[in-house]
Amino acid sequence: MAKLLNLTWVFMLLAILAVGGGTAVLPEMQHITVDQFQWVTKGQFRDIYSLGQVAPGPNMLMVLLIGQKMAGAMGALVVGLAFFLPDCILTLVANRLWVRFKDSPWRAAIQHGMAPVAIGLMLAGTYAIARLSIFNLTSMLIAATIFALLLWRHINPALLVLAGGLTYLWLPHIFAHLLPH
Amino acid sequence: MNDASAAAEAGTGARVSLGTIFWTFLTAGAISFGGGVVAYLREFTVSDTKWLDDEGFLDALEISQTLPGLNAVNMSVIIGDNLRGIPGAIVAVAGLVLPGVVVIMGLGAFWQEQSHNPQVKAFLIGVAAAAVGLLSTVTLQLGHKQFVKPLDLAIIAATFVAVSILRIPLYIVLVVIGSAAVLLYRPGAKHKLLEERARHLRERLLHRRYISLRH
Repeated sequence: MAKLLNLTWVFMLLAILAVGGGTAVLPEMQHITVDQFQWVTKGQFRDIYSLGQVAPGPNMLMVLLIGQKMAGAMGALVVGLAFFLPDCILTLVANRLWVRFKDSPWRAAIQHGMAPVAIGLMLAGTYAIARLSIFNLTSMLIAATIFALLLWRHINPALLVLAGGLTYLWLPHIFAHLLPH
Repeated sequence: MNDASAAAEAGTGARVSLGTIFWTFLTAGAISFGGGVVAYLREFTVSDTKWLDDEGFLDALEISQTLPGLNAVNMSVIIGDNLRGIPGAIVAVAGLVLPGVVVIMGLGAFWQEQSHNPQVKAFLIGVAAAAVGLLSTVTLQLGHKQFVKPLDLAIIAATFVAVSILRIPLYIVLVVIGSAAVLLYRPGAKHKLLEERARHLRERLLHRRYISLRH
């Protein structure tokens, strides 16, 4: 029970802090779930993040697996509600008040001011995943290739993610065959 | 009543059924692999069903991005709410996340079983590395306006350093840098003047270099 309560308030807090979306809150999520509470290890956090990439829909559904690992199906349910419900309610309320604020000069101020903060947070989230996954030439090549490919043209990200996984799985074997011992 | 639901009613002559909303978002949630859910939502709610026009969609996106939470989920709340109120919002979000929930729970069960399988581990490392490439592009695209504006670039850098290097708790970063950023952009702020000055400075420097190159 204490475990479920802990999961609830942690993920509610993360939900409220998720300005700029899921990626923006990744460093804080990692800090709390890995360093502070040790619910998952660094490697497990990375694995869970990757599973979220492979599943359809919002990638941040990965949070369910942290709950699942801690407290089974009940944990997943609790984390899901804690992470998604607060922002849904907030959005619902904001959507109904928006008309009233649409022309307020402060609305523009908040929007213009928070946009670069959100971008900075996304950068930090990207950096957090890079720290977890880029530690050799192969992983560096995968990230750089996909970055370059996407700048060049639009490619279905699902294919790229799959290709990245398979490349990391197979490239070392291919190298081992090609390079003289 | 707001514009979107009025438009929807005017367009179709009947209210969109909750079942239709659910099914539409379920489809979007099921086929949007590897992120980019918002693009699929646009395809379904603007191009296909015409529940919103492009401007309505951008308005909804604007609200979604300003508020905390995942853009795709916030978008679903807004579109669902505009079509059919709170029940509409509930079925929209439920439809959007349901396929992902089923798949991720299945993947999670498999992963826990295979936690020591080196091939599964290697595959997932590759996926994470691929995600880094993906996230970098998305961040660059989303921030293309901000990255070229000196003031915004400074805010981006300050935020990144605070979170990633100094490891300051996120709520402090949001309160301090967030409110500073909003204040810099407060109504009637002088930031335009500052940027004007920065631009002048840049132009002068360029000009000087140009002159010095010529002489």
